[in-house]
Amino acid sequence: MWKKLEKRTKSNIITYGMVIVAYIVVQGLMMTGNLSSLMQGLLVPLCAYVILAVSLNLVVGISGELSLGHAGFMCVGAFSSAFFSKCTQAAITNSGLRFFLAILIGAAVAAVFGILIGIPVLRLRGDYLAIVTLAFGEIIKNLINVLYIGRDSNGMHFSMKDSMSLNLEADGEILINGAKGITGTPKDSNFTIGVILILITLVIVLNLIHSRDGRAIMAIRDNRIAAESIGISITKYKLMAFTVSASLAGVAGVLYAHNLSTLTALPKNFGYNQSIMILVFVVLGGIGNIRGSIIAAVLLTMLPELLRGLNDYRMLIYAIVLIIMMLFNWAPKAIEWREKHLKFKRHKEKEAQ
Amino acid sequence: MKNFKKAASLLLASALMVTSFAACGDKASDSSAEGEATASEDTFKIGGIGPITGAAAVYGKAVENGAKLAVDEINAEGGINGKQIEFKFEDDEHDAEKSVNAYNTLKDWGMQMLLGSVTSNPCIAVAEETKNDNMFQLTPSGTAVECVQYENAFRVCFSDPTQGTECAKYISENGLATKVAVIYDSSDVYSSGIYEAFAAEAKNDGIEIVSAEAFTADSNKDFSVQIQKAKDAGAELVFLPFYYTEASLVLQQAAGMNYSPIFFGCDGMDGILDVEGFDASYADNLMFLSPFTPTSTDEAIQTFVTSFKDAYGETPNQFAADAYDGIYAIKAAAEKAELTPDMSVSDMCDAMKTAMTEISIDGVTAKGLTWDASGEPSKAPMVVKIANGDYAVVE
Amino acid sequence: MSFISYLINGISLGSVYAIIALGYTMVYGIAKMLNFAHGDVIMIGGYVVLVAMTSMGMPSIAAVLLAVVVCTLLGVVIERVAYKPLRNASSNLAVLITAIGVSYLLQNIALLLFGANTKSFTSVVTIPALKLAGGQLIISGETIVTIITCIIIMVALMLFIKKTKAGQAMLAVSEDKGAALLMGINVNGTIALTFAIGSGLAAIAGVLLCSAYPSLTPYTGAMPGIKAFVAAVFGGIGSIPGAFIGGILLGIIEILGKAYISSQLADAIVFAVLIIVLLVKPTGIMGKNIQEKV
Repeated sequence: MWKKLEKRTKSNIITYGMVIVAYIVVQGLMMTGNLSSLMQGLLVPLCAYVILAVSLNLVVGISGELSLGHAGFMCVGAFSSAFFSKCTQAAITNSGLRFFLAILIGAAVAAVFGILIGIPVLRLRGDYLAIVTLAFGEIIKNLINVLYIGRDSNGMHFSMKDSMSLNLEADGEILINGAKGITGTPKDSNFTIGVILILITLVIVLNLIHSRDGRAIMAIRDNRIAAESIGISITKYKLMAFTVSASLAGVAGVLYAHNLSTLTALPKNFGYNQSIMILVFVVLGGIGNIRGSIIAAVLLTMLPELLRGLNDYRMLIYAIVLIIMMLFNWAPKAIEWREKHLKFKRHKEKEAQ
Repeated sequence: MKNFKKAASLLLASALMVTSFAACGDKASDSSAEGEATASEDTFKIGGIGPITGAAAVYGKAVENGAKLAVDEINAEGGINGKQIEFKFEDDEHDAEKSVNAYNTLKDWGMQMLLGSVTSNPCIAVAEETKNDNMFQLTPSGTAVECVQYENAFRVCFSDPTQGTECAKYISENGLATKVAVIYDSSDVYSSGIYEAFAAEAKNDGIEIVSAEAFTADSNKDFSVQIQKAKDAGAELVFLPFYYTEASLVLQQAAGMNYSPIFFGCDGMDGILDVEGFDASYADNLMFLSPFTPTSTDEAIQTFVTSFKDAYGETPNQFAADAYDGIYAIKAAAEKAELTPDMSVSDMCDAMKTAMTEISIDGVTAKGLTWDASGEPSKAPMVVKIANGDYAVVE
Repeated sequence: MSFISYLINGISLGSVYAIIALGYTMVYGIAKMLNFAHGDVIMIGGYVVLVAMTSMGMPSIAAVLLAVVVCTLLGVVIERVAYKPLRNASSNLAVLITAIGVSYLLQNIALLLFGANTKSFTSVVTIPALKLAGGQLIISGETIVTIITCIIIMVALMLFIKKTKAGQAMLAVSEDKGAALLMGINVNGTIALTFAIGSGLAAIAGVLLCSAYPSLTPYTGAMPGIKAFVAAVFGGIGSIPGAFIGGILLGIIEILGKAYISSQLADAIVFAVLIIVLLVKPTGIMGKNIQEKV
């Protein structure tokens, strides 16, 4: 039965299976009280990073474009959805429904930004595209830091200067407070929702890759001119991959925002550093390899936490481990060595052939 | 085929990690289970959270050192209610998400009370967690209002609005200036919080803000435009609500532009004279609001400064002082509440909540320091003026 | 008058970006990799000078030379250990990520060695500031030295690439590694030389950055590094005069944007201008247009 399945289907089943098994194991550990508080606290961020890594892989791996602004889309999704949740906290008391709507809003707003940014930007290529996406990410972060929105009996007030210029009445409430961002977002996300969102992300991304559209996107990646010559619309397909990816990053942002009671657009969480971190997940896991992205995101998010015992040397060791893992995974010499000395790989290879 | 290869190699690499993770998880849950079951461990476990890597590392490091010093002193004198204190400090890189991770790590370790987080935004995120766990939290330096919004949380430092308001009041009451320029970090919670409170109070006090220019964490090297605007607007005083790292640049650049108004800062300015290699003459006549001056002749402060220097080779700043007082406040409250290490975290918190409002300590950041149920400390702000390369309290 | 004053400030800031961008663009032009660790090599250069001058009491010239030597060695070692094994990897993103790892590594080494405290840097520049229009316009000595250094380095680099054998080899490697190899050029040696020169330049940039903005922390290099990268792209990455022009323009735009539009939005303005320039001229101001072969 298993042998009869197509290779692609098998690979997909392994990917889904891996997520579901991980979920069951973690739930089991949680039920029996064997999961440390640290791990429990890490579950939702892990889900968010997995979604980010998978969605970025769609752009970097499948579409073959280098984007350094992924955190910008995450930021847009996080802020739009947290703003929505904060506004409607009193109106919609059912947290499940509110979170569902928040996810839709986060995804939609991020998708709109994806289109708006994608149309001009996707004309560029290679490192130039990378720097422009980085620039957009930084612009988004900077704009959100000066955004002030408040609400009082007269309705919404908006300012780009400071909270005083909102001219709120005494009963007014500041919803987005510039650098202070949004505080008091309801903590609606949990591990189960996170895993469901990962599965939805996988369904969307894997189906897109294996569809006619996905093949067109990969054809553009492999040879743009040849693809164009057989009538594939470059802009349309590139934009499709870019927008889907942005929208999924927005979903990750929603998950992230509803896990912490405070949301600010700091360089640390929504700056280019974060974008690069997501790119690290993708590259370490293997460009174009969805399952690798998932594993790399989980590993690299947990690594600094596991290294806490090293105190001051923690981030130093983290950097060294990152370099070594990259060399081990990517250096042609290391690959050669692995193939020679690790037998099971050759076996796998034969099987795949 | 390629995918298989990659995935397999990653799996291999991860196998090691996963086993280590499982081991870690086991160990952690074991120790916490032990802590709850036997609960007879003879020590108080106090945790601390703050950035010790990343751009804000200097503040976290100061808190860690200050707190450790206090813990060592207390332990040498017999501990709290005769029980020793164990102190553990975790890094949060000045990030809310990492701060919650640090908090959870400390919980796994068996933390009973928390001194942290050091910076505002991470502190707000952690406060949400401590509220859910009903864990006693005292932040040495989380200045944002929301840091202590729940009743289990207290702080040692001033809040942002208090500082902004007090600065404006001081400037107007002492007739320092009527035309004031502000330079602030619009990407920072602390700085923009103080600026807003300052601007609101300035209106009531007849101070005119002639220019308010921002900078961000991404462009915090060149302040020529902000200084030029203050100069062009004829400001007699420039208010600098941010940390000394940037302030040292502002002062130097202003001197280079031949502009010498009164510069007035807030507690983040403390430590400017300890910047290695900084020419103190730039900071002459700089005034700032601070709860702590290392050069004070007060005996308690001198003892603290001397032992801090002996231990870490540098002069303590207000972060270290806040942390030092924080640990002593925990000690005082724990003794008042007659805590014993075998109590549950939640019982401790309930007892501490009441005890905190009943104690009064003579610390290094204030004499007769007390707290009310809102979590805010009551202490009078001091204004410090730098003269001849030294701090001096303005009476 | 205030406009001219802003313009001068912009050039001052821009000259610092330019000198960092020169090193960036040099490495990119030859090795075709974005060296994200470049900013951190700058930071190391700053610390070396600081330690040499304050703890070892060396004169400033000797300290700068020492920094150049240390950074050159550092650059070569980084290249040998972290980048060279990935030269023929199946994707050039691999080496980009390793560069990020190196960047974290250098920051954390500096954090452990020198601590998190800000250190104030004593300027190595002794030239007095130039005062114009009765003292209303001030051009600092640091700016004058930085611009002169920039121009000297720029000319020297261009001459080096045009006139020397090693320079020609670099050009050949940047055009086509495979063909260069066939012509008997030592590709690995040439790339190592590129990193050596680039890192040596980073040391000089570090000294001038810290002289102009005298505060030094383990994270000092990161943001100027990114800004200089933007400047290099702005001018057309890989082009040496482009890096200079891009740097100066970036500085001017940043200052004027702060002065006349909004100081809160300064970063957004800089990046927005970058995007517009790239959309109009996709390879930067001085960039070459590369025709694609079918």
